[in-house]
Amino acid sequence: MTIIGTSVPRKEAPNKVTGRARYTDDINVPGTLNAVIVPANKAHAKIVSMETEAAKNVPGVKAVITGQDVSVLCGDVTEDRPPLARDKVRYSGEPVALVVARDEMAAHRAASLVKVHWQDLPVVNTIRDALRDNAPLVHEKNGEYAVATPPVYPKKRSNIADEANVTKGDADQGMKNSDVKVHVRVSLPQIDHAAMEPRIAKAEILADGRVLLHASTQAPFEVQKLIAKYFKLNPGQVIVTAPLVGGAFGGKAAVQLEILAYLASKAVGGQMVRIVNAREGDMSTSPLGMGLEAEVTLGATRDGHLQAAQMRFYMDIGAYTDSAPRIARAIAAQCTGPYRIANVHTDVFCVYTNHTYTTAFRGFGHMPMTFAIERAMDELAHTLHMDPLDLREMNAIRPNDVTPTKARLTRSNLGDLPQCIEKMRPLIDWNGGKVQSVGAHRVRVQGVAAFWKTSSSPPNAVSGALVTMNSDGSVNLSTGAVEFGPGTKTTAAQILAEKLRIPLDRVYVHEDVNTQVDPEHWKTVASLSTYMVGRAVVDAANDLIGQLKSLAAAVLRCSPDDLDYGEEKIFVRDDPSISIKFSDLALGYKYKEGDSIGGQLMGRGRFIIRHLNLLDEETGHGRPGPAWTVGIQAVEVEYDEETHQYRILKAATVLDAGRVINPAVAAGQVMGGMNMGLGVASREGVHYDAQGQFLNQQFRSYKVMRMGEQPQQYLVEFVENPQLDSPFGARPIGEHAVLAIGAALANALSRAADVSLNTLPITPEQIWRERGARL
Amino acid sequence: MKSLTRPEQISFNVNGEPRDVVIYPGETLLYTLRGDALGLTGAKPGCENGDCGACTVLVNEIPVKSCMVLTPEVEDQAITTVEGLQNAPIQQAFLDHNAFQCGYCTSGFLMVGHALSQDVDNGSPERTVEWLRSNICRCTGYQEIYDAVSSVAHPNG
Ligand code: FES
Ligand code: FES
Repeated sequence: MTIIGTSVPRKEAPNKVTGRARYTDDINVPGTLNAVIVPANKAHAKIVSMETEAAKNVPGVKAVITGQDVSVLCGDVTEDRPPLARDKVRYSGEPVALVVARDEMAAHRAASLVKVHWQDLPVVNTIRDALRDNAPLVHEKNGEYAVATPPVYPKKRSNIADEANVTKGDADQGMKNSDVKVHVRVSLPQIDHAAMEPRIAKAEILADGRVLLHASTQAPFEVQKLIAKYFKLNPGQVIVTAPLVGGAFGGKAAVQLEILAYLASKAVGGQMVRIVNAREGDMSTSPLGMGLEAEVTLGATRDGHLQAAQMRFYMDIGAYTDSAPRIARAIAAQCTGPYRIANVHTDVFCVYTNHTYTTAFRGFGHMPMTFAIERAMDELAHTLHMDPLDLREMNAIRPNDVTPTKARLTRSNLGDLPQCIEKMRPLIDWNGGKVQSVGAHRVRVQGVAAFWKTSSSPPNAVSGALVTMNSDGSVNLSTGAVEFGPGTKTTAAQILAEKLRIPLDRVYVHEDVNTQVDPEHWKTVASLSTYMVGRAVVDAANDLIGQLKSLAAAVLRCSPDDLDYGEEKIFVRDDPSISIKFSDLALGYKYKEGDSIGGQLMGRGRFIIRHLNLLDEETGHGRPGPAWTVGIQAVEVEYDEETHQYRILKAATVLDAGRVINPAVAAGQVMGGMNMGLGVASREGVHYDAQGQFLNQQFRSYKVMRMGEQPQQYLVEFVENPQLDSPFGARPIGEHAVLAIGAALANALSRAADVSLNTLPITPEQIWRERGARL
Repeated sequence: MKSLTRPEQISFNVNGEPRDVVIYPGETLLYTLRGDALGLTGAKPGCENGDCGACTVLVNEIPVKSCMVLTPEVEDQAITTVEGLQNAPIQQAFLDHNAFQCGYCTSGFLMVGHALSQDVDNGSPERTVEWLRSNICRCTGYQEIYDAVSSVAHPNG
């Protein structure tokens, strides 16, 4: 079969070009009530009192809920977040009340009438503010909250929500042994996922006690578990449906609106209630991607061999922890980037501020982390007068090396970075990073940066697949992975078709995820779906093939071992003329006399991740993921020395994909990743004013890339060194193109502008400012 | 002048069919199209303030952000939504060029692209870029969308 490695269209593609693809808000039950959030307009203030009477009196209003009505605390790791603020608010945009009404207009009108009397508290507006002695505390109870998923090490009476460390070798000694040292400080603002579909959730509580939730989520099974836990329900009572999702990028792995939707439904006797973010709320009320301040010191020998790394990362996690501790550990575990460094010491701090809280963002912390390490690598190349690509190749981590957390690397679990680099040279026409004049005060320059990433998933993440047969021998595939763009369902279908040796159009995928009928899949995150779902699909295919053979063996009066399959038939291996069609077995076999055996055939497949563990508290040692995807990225930019404006001419990625299952979809993922990474590096970032107010909560002020701003040329190539335990050797690739492209841009522009550009976003104004001293 | 607060019936043409719907005068066209009476959910809310283009439909063949139009403004006008495209070349072009991932922005881009494809004589790369700047896609690299639209908007280069 040739389905693997073929550019097949997404299963749902025809629906997406006809307006027939249905997302959560496209499927509404008449009579659904609407809930609207009342957001705080203070970043840090005590709630002295609230007046809700006027809101309750608006015609059509069914309920107004405040923090006083809800005692539960939520959190992925540390349970520090009230769904509705109680006693005080910790970020502007935080929900303080929820209005439920017949229609949206009434709900909005009522929401505007909810009055809060505040008592201002000093605002923790930067990481520096947060870490000062006697800094105002975002959480007075830091260190006393219940912990849902350890480890987490909060520091009492401080704004440090967690700390993660990694030590390998002797970093101090390594620095002493180094001929050269470079030191880099980087500063990155919080960023927004900006999925085009705003977050939405709907909830209904049936008379029989079942809770039906519909949400735009990457984690329907997590929603199920958390709702059950917070509201003391049995997990089976909670049924979560996730239709097609309109972009996610990690931001829809957090559980927020689902909780509010449940509370709203509960307040109105279980009626269906819909809550949908306006764009402004999607940015300021729902979680962002973290900001970061980091210091990296690298030590190397005169000829460029890395000896030691010392790093401190301070994450601006905003007002609540959500998944920050897990991201901190991911950063710690991969802190060196894809380089062999014997002596490492890294500290990562999750810092509370009065900013919007944060969650996973495409790359799970690896994008900002990579920016820090890759800026340092380029500074090192500059100091050593070395070719930046040569420096990276020379230090590339290889099989038999160990990661900073002492996980052993093999040819299977690590992609081949040197091979990627070799492919990049001709692809971008690498010139060593020279600054070339191309006219009056215009220069052209290239920049490179490398990345690696593993999943940092829990050691017990599960996936499953269920394959049922139709009467004509075609199959239905049910998995728990959500479809938000990367073609997850199509990839699973390709794997199933290949295994069953049937055409792809004979596989029907169950598009929506329903936690009651689809097998559990941990979360559709970490680019792990191909690996985890794929393994489950392979298992299910084998199960089904076994069932087909054993039923066929009874009919054909032979041993199942004599049988093989193909072209939707089971046949005797040494005499294929003796055969039976899948369709004659699918729903049981019917003998001529009419009596039948078998029943519907269905393949069951399951998978659980193996050999992972949580990092050791003292040393940080452990195995954070099944494999590390690596790659190299490059840009070529034209920079105007007078106006500091620049144009990205080329953006290139070479990554080790293990095996490319769907080349067109994979290339699209990589281009989209580059586009997002370049947008983040060149224009994105949340602005807070001195009072901690979120200033740019619309696309006219929070700029994302638009048509015509993308690079003039995208270049994408893959190398393929299989990951042996993954279906067909495929490595995770979904997030990765976002990781280092921003650093490549900064590296190119730093050379072009002859100034270290370590603060994002790199706008012309920012370059002008950094060069200020010299103009 | 119709009442400003009470529901009113208005008529317009949607995807080639005359339709009468009861609306509140303060309703946006996006809201009316997606509502129970018409059920045309192809146009998507992405920002509801004119920034993202996910809600784009054609009003008398011209792409318009339906979140920025009040329904009474389009009384007696001809509206085309993505559901009204019948095997339009732009749809095949989007399939051929893999011009979407999550698909949420797609209806909006399709409508802009379709309008451009109806006016090839005035087509040019510059015009294509300029028109498509009104829409945001967070998933793709834009190149795929540009290529798809170009193939129908200025097929000869
Ligand atoms: S929803 Fe109309 S422009 Fe964004
Ligand atoms: S395809 Fe997802 S926003 Fe364009």
